[in-house]
Amino acid sequence: MTRDFWKAFARNRGAVIGLGILALVVLCALLADFIYPASPWEMTAMPFQPPGSEDALLGSDTLGRDIAAGIVHGARVSLLIGLTSTAVALLIGVTLGAVAGFHGGRVDDAIMRFTELFQTIPNFVLAVVLVAIFTPTIANIVIAIAIVSWPPLARLARGEFMALRSREFVQAAVTTGQGTGTIIFRHILPNSLSPIIVSASLMVATAILLESSLSFLGLGDPNVMSWGYMIGAARTVIRQAWWMSFFPGIAILLTVLALNLVGEGLNDALNPKLARKGKA
Amino acid sequence: MAGIASFLGRRLFKAVFILLAIVVINFLLVRAAPGDPAMVMAGEAGAADEQYVQQLREQFGLDRPLHVQLGIYVRDVAMGDLGYSYRQQRPVWDLIADRLPATLILTGTAFALALAAGIALGTLAAMNVGRWSDSAITVLALVSYATPIFWVGLMLILLFSVQLGWLPAFGYESIGAGYTGFERVLDIARHMVLPVVTLGLFYMAVYARLTRASILEVRDMDFVKTARAKGLGETRIVLKHVLRNAILPVITFAGIQAGHLVGGSILIETVFAWPGIGRLAFDAVLQRDYQVLLGIFFVTSVLVIVFNILTDLVYSLVDPRIEVA
Amino acid sequence: MMTRTDSDTDILLDVRDLTVALPQGADRPNAVEGISLTIRKNEILCVVGESGSGKSMTAHAVMGLLPKPHVRVTGGQALYRGRDILTMSEREQRALRGGRIAMIFQEPMTALNPLMTVGDQIEESLKAHSDMDAAARRARVVQLLADVGLPDPEHLRRSYPFRLSGGQRQRVMIAMALALEPDILIADEPTTALDVTTQKQILDLIRKLQAEKEMGVMFITHDFGVVAEIATSVAVMQHGRCVEIGPAAQMLNAPQHPYTRHLIAAVPHYIEHRDDFLKSGEALLQAEKVRKVFRLGGGFLRKGREIIAGDDITLTIHPGETVGVVGESGSGKSTLGRCIVGLHKADGGRILYGGQDLVSLSRKQFRPVRKDIQMIFQDPYASLNPRHKVGEIIAQGPVAFGTSHAKAMERARELLRLVGLPANAVDRYPHEFSGGQRQRISIARALALEPKLIIADEPVSALDVSVQTQVLELLDDIRHRLGLAMLFITHDLRVAAQVCDTIAVMQKGRVVEMNTAREVFQNPQHPYTRTLLDAIPGKGWEIPEDLRHLRRDQAAAALAAGGGGSSGRGAVA
Repeated sequence: MTRDFWKAFARNRGAVIGLGILALVVLCALLADFIYPASPWEMTAMPFQPPGSEDALLGSDTLGRDIAAGIVHGARVSLLIGLTSTAVALLIGVTLGAVAGFHGGRVDDAIMRFTELFQTIPNFVLAVVLVAIFTPTIANIVIAIAIVSWPPLARLARGEFMALRSREFVQAAVTTGQGTGTIIFRHILPNSLSPIIVSASLMVATAILLESSLSFLGLGDPNVMSWGYMIGAARTVIRQAWWMSFFPGIAILLTVLALNLVGEGLNDALNPKLARKGKA
Repeated sequence: MAGIASFLGRRLFKAVFILLAIVVINFLLVRAAPGDPAMVMAGEAGAADEQYVQQLREQFGLDRPLHVQLGIYVRDVAMGDLGYSYRQQRPVWDLIADRLPATLILTGTAFALALAAGIALGTLAAMNVGRWSDSAITVLALVSYATPIFWVGLMLILLFSVQLGWLPAFGYESIGAGYTGFERVLDIARHMVLPVVTLGLFYMAVYARLTRASILEVRDMDFVKTARAKGLGETRIVLKHVLRNAILPVITFAGIQAGHLVGGSILIETVFAWPGIGRLAFDAVLQRDYQVLLGIFFVTSVLVIVFNILTDLVYSLVDPRIEVA
Repeated sequence: MMTRTDSDTDILLDVRDLTVALPQGADRPNAVEGISLTIRKNEILCVVGESGSGKSMTAHAVMGLLPKPHVRVTGGQALYRGRDILTMSEREQRALRGGRIAMIFQEPMTALNPLMTVGDQIEESLKAHSDMDAAARRARVVQLLADVGLPDPEHLRRSYPFRLSGGQRQRVMIAMALALEPDILIADEPTTALDVTTQKQILDLIRKLQAEKEMGVMFITHDFGVVAEIATSVAVMQHGRCVEIGPAAQMLNAPQHPYTRHLIAAVPHYIEHRDDFLKSGEALLQAEKVRKVFRLGGGFLRKGREIIAGDDITLTIHPGETVGVVGESGSGKSTLGRCIVGLHKADGGRILYGGQDLVSLSRKQFRPVRKDIQMIFQDPYASLNPRHKVGEIIAQGPVAFGTSHAKAMERARELLRLVGLPANAVDRYPHEFSGGQRQRISIARALALEPKLIIADEPVSALDVSVQTQVLELLDDIRHRLGLAMLFITHDLRVAAQVCDTIAVMQKGRVVEMNTAREVFQNPQHPYTRTLLDAIPGKGWEIPEDLRHLRRDQAAAALAAGGGGSSGRGAVA
């Protein structure tokens, strides 16, 4: 199974490249303190140093902070928030979707109306409002992103559960007297996992974009350096110092792109369509 | 026809419910915020003015039970009263109403262009699947999809305003130029190019990907084989049979995505100093002016609902099956 | 029936040595290999074969409708009135397609564009191939709709496909195909997705129109009953090759090739009757006035549409008896089965089993009953969890009821042997088995709980005929050996005749007639039963005497050998 999976994944060249970039970003996040031991907030150079300067590889910002150090340390926040908020969104979305799909009827109706409501609300505006009102801390940002991101996951999980619940092998589990827990966790969930995993990997990318947008608006956690914050702070000096916003933007672009590529690779490898035909 | 009317009626009915729910969420948000709700409403700046805070308490009945407060709040909103910005010394609704047209022009244009260009590019890619134009479009879509729009905005300013000097970077029109009539329209259009492109690019990528996938799916359907078996020309098959069916999910998705588009305008308006409600929201965030922020949240939600009803309308005109849906 | 003239001018289509290659990695290099056949004026050539035999590919190749670029013609010719279609320009091919050669497909529900009115879709053909003006085209559309027997053509012209039934849609497809009075009509399993009574109407229609216009028809089917009904000549295909071709009378009554003989022997037919079943003791299960209504759509705001699946279903099953429930789609036969096993909760009526009313039981109270009543499902590809090993699948039931895992697995091995599969199948995954073998696994799973009653819901309708026979024989053998009662749900009266003691005919949510199989076939009382019997394709054809025994012998041999029969649909173990 695993070998087939890797073979299918590796057939998608983009996915392999994406995985490579992602590994690099993860490495940066893990080794940030070794690469740039000083705090990214510390002024280590003259302000407005262009890239290639002696004391700042990618230039320095308006207060003389090292852009490269900011990028390396920023990887931590991006990945941390991307992953945790996706995990929270998965918890909310999959639980609600699974309950709706499994029970159907009125329960399903109620949950889907609730989901629709959250899908109608402009999600970025809600995230801004939530973070602004509840003060920007990492935890609040994670929760805000999760709150605005779960509806698509709920819909997906509901669809899968609904389709699987009426599949004959699940009905066979019912008629052979297996308990509800067994049916959900041994029969339905494992078979609905592939599309959920794919969506989750794409959602990490979206969450990173959301986080960077929030911190661009000044709604990031003021205690940690993040890519969006760096671009936001450099916005007003774009005419004089392009590098201050250029490099963090590239960092976001590459990370998000890598995640999307990996997501597509996963999609190919787990190919839910084939699996659904039972010929996996 | 009766089917379409009943379909839209149901959608409208649902919209009213969603609106009501949003009002309740809005109400709860203020109460859930840490600290005294009166202080929250007044914003950080208002904290000093004890008299104003007291006035707020009375106006919203903040010392009365929660459900009474909710009643008062719903009544106010229904009457168009979204509160008062102490910071700006004006009613929130007036502030928003001033800025709304600029936002509508920006998002409306971006939405229309993104949809048109996205469908066109997606179709092109699907028709040439596997060839270089498909790959190019796919890569373009993938990259646009991964790029933060505020950064794209900044880079476009860098290129087209700072480096090349072709287009204005900031604002809605040239202040003090005193243009009138057609000249003024042209001036505004020039100012619009960069923000519209920035906002539209991302969604164009989304719609292009979706259109491509949808066409590839529809292309394998039985009725397309029927059309081939009839001996129709390829162009007619694509336009009449494939595209029409493939576009339906794109419309649905575009409707759902409308909310994201409106949210995205906060970022775009901030980057381009566009005098719309997005920019207003950014200022409100900076000033912790929650009354304005919540007012914007409400108005943008209404905007999305209107967008949704419009897409439903388009959908109902395209798909005859709506009557039994 | 027809006069065969051998003059070459009558030959409309002459396929010579046609080879169609499959993409690399497929289970064989060529979908079609060196096929040669001809279609003459006023001839209906039936191309028969099991799934994967390449019969459909042949038709698609002639029409230029192969899924390019993966599948392509690599050799041979397809001459239309002497000109090779395969070497024509795309433009010439297009003029032929829909103009001189028309095609209809299997799935009427998806073959029409849902966003265009029926009239517009037919008119498209006229626009593409003729220079009629708008008024003439409209008149022609109305005429065509009337020709294929659709009511109120003037109104129907403006309808969208979703308003039409499957049979009506197939008529529209035929009208579309005939719009330009083609010489050749290619029909790719046009009645397979339809109910028998509708199938009969469509077959009659095709035959009538064919005779009127003296068309040549290439009719693709897997059903020898249909062949007997409609063919003037027959080509039998296997693994991409044509194994035998000849006039219908000869092919049906004196087939030469072993594969043809094997296929004909496997055709279920309703003359074989067993001894009448002797009812003994009390009823095992009694359904009384069972009612089930489904609600579609709707929500908090709307009620949604109601569909009455079961209206007033009453029937009785005795210990050891096999009751066939026969009816067309939507008759409520599956709903009944699902209500009995507790997958649906009936909205009214009673289902008495062992002194209790199953309808009134809660989920929890129902659980002990599950041991006694088991189900076999229709789709062998959907009814086994793809992530579990076969042994687990069979053992799960007994384990849920408290049997130790080791013991349940031991039993699973025994059961696999019983259904004719090797015991080492326990360690393999379902995808390693063919359709017929999977259905055997399904049967083993149902037997694992040692039930008294088995509900078999269309257990063979997803299988090819030759595999069908084996699975039916197995079911029949097992229920006699274990003394099981069985409720056998099927849309196919011929299949019901193979295994059922008693037959209940259902229509619109009611049992309209219930009697011994012999009585139902020989002395049907209800008009609907008579309609159903009359609609059985090939009822006037008697399977050659020497082939009737072949069937039993083959099935018995297969059972003894433990073969599942490759159906060509999945991996063969």
